[in-house]
Amino acid sequence: MVSVDVSNKIGKYTTFACAILIITITMSIILLITYKGLAIFTRDGVSLKNFFLTTKWNPDATPAEGGPFVGAAPFIAGSVAVSLLALLFSAPLGIGIAIFMAEISTGWGCKIMQPVIELFVGIPSVVYGWIGISVLVPFIRNHIGGMGFSLLAGAIVLAVMILPTIASVSTDSLRANPADIREGSLALGVTRWQTILMVMVPAAMPGILTAIVLALSRAFGEALAVQMVIGNAIRMPTSLLGPMHTMTSIITMEMSDTVMGTVSNDVLWTIAFMLLFISFIFILLIRTINRGRTAMR
Amino acid sequence: MISSRNSERIATAIFYLIALLVSVLLVALIGYILYHGLRVINWHFLTAAPQPFQAGGGIGPEIFNSLMLLILTMLLTVPLGLGVGIYLSEFARESRITRIIRICIESLASMPSIVIGIFGLMLFVTILKCGFSVLSGVMALTALNLPVMTRLAEDAIKNVSKDLREASLALGATQWQTITNVVLVAAIPGLVTGVILSAGRVFGEAAALLYTAGITTPALHFNDVNPFSNNSPFYLFRPAETLAVHIWKVNSEGLNPDASQIADGASAVLIIMVLLFNLVSRWTGSWLFNKKTGQ
Amino acid sequence: MFSGRRGLGLALSVVLAGSILLTGCASKSQTSPTPGSSSGVDFTVSGSITTAGSSALQPLVEQAANQFMQKDSNAKISVQAGGSGTGLAQIAQGSIDIGNSDLFAGEKLTSAQAAGLVDHKVCVVGFATVVNPGVTVDNLTKQQLQQIFTGKITNWKDVGGSDQQITVINRPTSSGTRATFKKYALDGLEEAQGIALTQDSTGAVAKTVAGTPGSISYLALSYASSNNTVKMLKLDGVDPTNDNITSGKYPIWSYEHMYTKGDPQGLTKAFIDYMAGDEVKPLIQQLGYIVGSDMKVSRNS
Repeated sequence: MVSVDVSNKIGKYTTFACAILIITITMSIILLITYKGLAIFTRDGVSLKNFFLTTKWNPDATPAEGGPFVGAAPFIAGSVAVSLLALLFSAPLGIGIAIFMAEISTGWGCKIMQPVIELFVGIPSVVYGWIGISVLVPFIRNHIGGMGFSLLAGAIVLAVMILPTIASVSTDSLRANPADIREGSLALGVTRWQTILMVMVPAAMPGILTAIVLALSRAFGEALAVQMVIGNAIRMPTSLLGPMHTMTSIITMEMSDTVMGTVSNDVLWTIAFMLLFISFIFILLIRTINRGRTAMR
Repeated sequence: MISSRNSERIATAIFYLIALLVSVLLVALIGYILYHGLRVINWHFLTAAPQPFQAGGGIGPEIFNSLMLLILTMLLTVPLGLGVGIYLSEFARESRITRIIRICIESLASMPSIVIGIFGLMLFVTILKCGFSVLSGVMALTALNLPVMTRLAEDAIKNVSKDLREASLALGATQWQTITNVVLVAAIPGLVTGVILSAGRVFGEAAALLYTAGITTPALHFNDVNPFSNNSPFYLFRPAETLAVHIWKVNSEGLNPDASQIADGASAVLIIMVLLFNLVSRWTGSWLFNKKTGQ
Repeated sequence: MFSGRRGLGLALSVVLAGSILLTGCASKSQTSPTPGSSSGVDFTVSGSITTAGSSALQPLVEQAANQFMQKDSNAKISVQAGGSGTGLAQIAQGSIDIGNSDLFAGEKLTSAQAAGLVDHKVCVVGFATVVNPGVTVDNLTKQQLQQIFTGKITNWKDVGGSDQQITVINRPTSSGTRATFKKYALDGLEEAQGIALTQDSTGAVAKTVAGTPGSISYLALSYASSNNTVKMLKLDGVDPTNDNITSGKYPIWSYEHMYTKGDPQGLTKAFIDYMAGDEVKPLIQQLGYIVGSDMKVSRNS
């Protein structure tokens, strides 16, 4: 029989091994993407300025033609534009839902809105993309203008996709408010509405901000649903109804047709590295927001 | 001037309206998918193989692939996630190592799935020479799902009351016995609910699979069930296009004249599966809870 | 106008059917087994090989592989897509047995990477310029086509159509179809960036052209001719048909390649021989591709 002490040790070391594994996976992704992502600057000799600030894209162009052109600005700007616009649509709705669920109608909130939000989370992104192509794009083309494939279509699809994130994280944060601050406020004769807007929402602000950053991070990283509806034209996103491109969609579309070790492939890894880098910035933001919260309480 | 009472009413009405709007949107979305999809779905569609360039193909192999990848991924992530969860909640004291683990989980969770997909293309498909295969797909999905599972496990374990744990320890049980016999058992309802819900998300994932499990599937012959045989559906080194990937593919690569019907049908199947995961998770959650409290 | 278009379609299908019948007869009348015919294929080899690459070629290879495996029960051929770039990269590294590509290896790989790769041309695929059915233009000169894709002409009225804005729909820069179109239709001219929607592949292009008024793009002939939701244009008065391609009158076409690292051996050799043989010809035609041996003209990279 295994002695008690030994089974304890085995348990501890097995679970520790699992933890080490998760570190290994994360580190290998970060290292590999960083290694591949920097090749464009170190091996192919492209300048940072060229990558970030120019808009001409033709990585296959030979040096004789003046290439390779690896201006990633349209993709970066496209990702920023579509994510921020989606947030603009989604944040008021999502926070509204959260206030509804946590403050206004807790009964309905639990019985109906909770499952609604969970179902929204469950709808796969390709299905959003498919509905985007078959309903949203023709609608925009016929009733609003342009070709349908547009920044607007991408932002609407993304807005629906990030809505549950904003709603559920904000709700949790509102619900975590201690009950006595509400009662205190109401006891002072403040109306329910003033209580919600002046007391409850500000108290839950770090959580709501976290929700917004999380949603933004999800919008940035979403690939297929967006790629299906934005038209993928390589240009700066200057018009709501014009087609545009994003960082994830250029990777989705071009990775399979480029060959590892060439400039056209390297630059895609650089864009992937940028995506990774941006996701770390979001993590840092969330940490900063929440450090403020723990200090406050 | 509007009295404060009236403005309160108007504000409340606006919030009811937002809630209604969002609920209607969901019903409309699901209704649209089911309305268009159910007209396409029949036994043939659910079981037949897709036709590469003609009308009349089905999605049978894709459904099988989706389920196979899901089950294999869960077989990997549930024990691993549970392991990390147990380590973090039971064994580890807050230290530099736990901070690193937490940062890793957080980073992994926020990585875009397409990034994990091309990482899989580089490491599993190319360097480890697994090819576009079930195995590459499962490993990419595991990387994607592991942080979710770890958090789930940690939360479920932390929610187990301290009294239970202390009672067990007081009765002379060791820490490991307490974890396996008391804490984990008490955490089961929370775990099961979470696992099934996250299964729904794994089922719908496509971006991480384009470049790992691939966008093709061989003909599946179910008379050969030996997973080590090249021709078996259970062979781990064959490409395996899943349902979600198939929807993307018929939209972009698809040469079938009935591509939009296929996408409609496949979307409906995907949504029905997700609804099913959702319902099952609720039912088992409350069933297990009742069973536990009933004892 | 409408009946005119239907007439054109009818004429096209007659020509197509005729060309298929003709080539069918031609291949039947050959009596002596050529090195490429299936009688030379060795169905006794066993083993397991993997092919990956071009998604355009994938349906053909997959069907052919299924037929092959029915004859040779000890063979296992795994057919994967992944794109031409992936196929070429993997065959260059030697991690697969056959790399399928829409392009010559030299156009994608560095010369060091391409060294040692052996090209097997499987078939020929033609490309047609297609427009939304609402566009009244039937013919474009090569110069007009180039001016449209380089953004110098932006309205259909400048090429004899109605007053309608032209929406260009292009492929990703890395796509083999785009490379072919750029090389043989645009004579290598740089397309204007940002004027075009970009769609990933054949199916998406067809759907977008069908749904976007005033749009223009290019599609594999095999797909365009069987798809009546888009309209094919003549180039310099020449119809995009298989006949005009085999006789060298219509320039926009490319080979589909299967690359091996070094000369093929064993099952790889047997399968490549089989792909070139009579049994795969009906499949090639069914998919709308052109059998390589029908070509009266040829190209080298």
